[in-house]
Amino acid sequence: MNPSFLPILEDLRLDGTDGRWADRMADVTPQDVEGALARPPGRYSFDRLLILVSPAAQAYLEAMAQQSHRLTIQRFGKTISLFAPLYLSSHCCNICTYCGFSSESKTERKRLSVDEAVAEADIVAAEGFSDLLLVSSEDRHAVNTPYLVELAHRLRDRFSSLSIEIQQLRQEEYARLFAAGIEGVTFYQESYDRVVYGQYHLAGPKADYDRRVRGPEEIAATGMRRIGLGVLLGLANWREETLALAEHGAFLMKHFCRSQISFSFPRLRPAQDVESQQFQHLLGDRDLVQMILALRLCFADAGLVMSTREPAAFRDALVKLGVTKMSAGSKTNPGGYGEETPSLEQFSVDDQRSAGEVAAMIRSQGFESVWKDWDAAFAAAGG
Amino acid sequence: MSVWIDKLVVAGREFESRLIVGTGKFASNQLMAEAIRASCAEIVTVALRRVDIENDQDDMLRVIDRDSTLLLPNTSGARDAEEAIRLARLARAATGIEWLKLEVTPNPYHLLPDPIETLRAAEVLVKEGFVVLPYINADPVLARRLEECGAATVMPLASPIGSNQGLKTRDAIGIIIEQSTVPVVVDAGLGLPSHAADAMEMGADAVLVNTGIATAEDPVGMAVAFKLAVEAGRRGFCAGAQGPGQNAAASSPLTGFLGETSPADTN
Repeated sequence: MNPSFLPILEDLRLDGTDGRWADRMADVTPQDVEGALARPPGRYSFDRLLILVSPAAQAYLEAMAQQSHRLTIQRFGKTISLFAPLYLSSHCCNICTYCGFSSESKTERKRLSVDEAVAEADIVAAEGFSDLLLVSSEDRHAVNTPYLVELAHRLRDRFSSLSIEIQQLRQEEYARLFAAGIEGVTFYQESYDRVVYGQYHLAGPKADYDRRVRGPEEIAATGMRRIGLGVLLGLANWREETLALAEHGAFLMKHFCRSQISFSFPRLRPAQDVESQQFQHLLGDRDLVQMILALRLCFADAGLVMSTREPAAFRDALVKLGVTKMSAGSKTNPGGYGEETPSLEQFSVDDQRSAGEVAAMIRSQGFESVWKDWDAAFAAAGG
Repeated sequence: MSVWIDKLVVAGREFESRLIVGTGKFASNQLMAEAIRASCAEIVTVALRRVDIENDQDDMLRVIDRDSTLLLPNTSGARDAEEAIRLARLARAATGIEWLKLEVTPNPYHLLPDPIETLRAAEVLVKEGFVVLPYINADPVLARRLEECGAATVMPLASPIGSNQGLKTRDAIGIIIEQSTVPVVVDAGLGLPSHAADAMEMGADAVLVNTGIATAEDPVGMAVAFKLAVEAGRRGFCAGAQGPGQNAAASSPLTGFLGETSPADTN
């Protein structure tokens, strides 16, 4: 039996059944924020994070940014790691009403064979990437464990780091993928609010909230090196979601210390058939910056990951605010790197710059862009 | 009146007191018994090599009030895993006590614990049903490995045993406290009440003191002092002690790109 996060989430009432966290955050005073900022940054406590994500703390973003900047340089150096996503399939058996790949979306689908995926990966490798994230919608009969094991074997020599962001698997399947050389899993809860989760995940395997919450601990139990957590920002109150996300991260760090935890910040963007106006809880830039800074000030060593969903100017500013890893030159449709007419995208990419242009931007800020930060030699042999 | 604000829980058993005391080095057993009473300790560790554990009338054992204290046998003197395991089994067979402070110290001078033999012994003893409280150097990775094998606590040393030097291993103990999922009992080297308060303020769950009390001019008075220091430290920790402040260093603004106006905060 793995240690389980679900009871903790329920005990704290962070699964959306109680409004008291919002009340507590509304009561935070400027003195509380100043007190929190007077203490050494980098250590998590629920109460500290609650203060830092409160509305009152939004007046202290500059002070938080300065601390986050110093702390991140101290722990990570002046570096930003770069990775690329590779989309494998847009076929999906789930109905998630925010997603461009939702099974109700009546558009042309595409799925890559292993050979096609390797060809796409070659294009990505030629741009200089060594860290590849394999992404797929829940196309469970095609993009399944045997497919991923084969793909991992074909790609292992070309990429120093392979990770996945796909449908939830069983623990033994994660173990097989880990043995095959996949050492990271990105796995977003989307929303910790049980009611909201149900409202957006209407059908399909992903509609099971409890099973979703158990995902990261099952992944961690296999010894997976890297686990990326996140909530889809815009579905529910971001401040409460950040508290739940942080508790989840802290739980995993405590019980599965061999896995490195990172946080990502996917903010809802317009996708085909998905209008951002339909969402009640969209975040402004100040909100997103506050969330990033608050998490950094509570987790000195967590990776903070930023995708190309965000506009170039915003991403440029985040280089100095605590972010440690970025995607670049991304295509969010299967086959997108090789084709001329784009097929269905999961979400719109805003930062359209090439990987080289993003690297140049990072250099211009006095930071180093890191392309390789892992080695396939670490991966378990065989598989 | 109890001044403890929260209970220590070890292996499912609750204790009011967060001070554990040892029984060595006292000038007399009577003085030891008085000091234990004054300390209000509920866990008292005793070296298996020092007592006749099968004999209730043993000079040391008979003065310890077994109703108000848990007797915690320790394997002090064991040089390797085999010796520690053998001692543990004999003690349990004689007394039925399953709790064990595991000490494996190959070097008789500094009495520093052997991490490899300690882990080996813990693995065996946990499987045999012992409640194992291992004495270790302040090594966060070893602490984690012991937790994973089922240790009931970890007991990192503050400084070499009997040295009264206080928290020389502060940084490593800080990491152990941060990551531990079992109680952290700081053991060895706490010679002054302020040392014990220091460890408790850091967030240690309990401390173990022997030499600091036993060799004081007034052991009973010192036992009271340690009791108060442990209480004070725990209260300080629970009250959210403020660490040193952050000195803000001037540098160019990082959030200017967000503009001056704060958007309507609808969330």
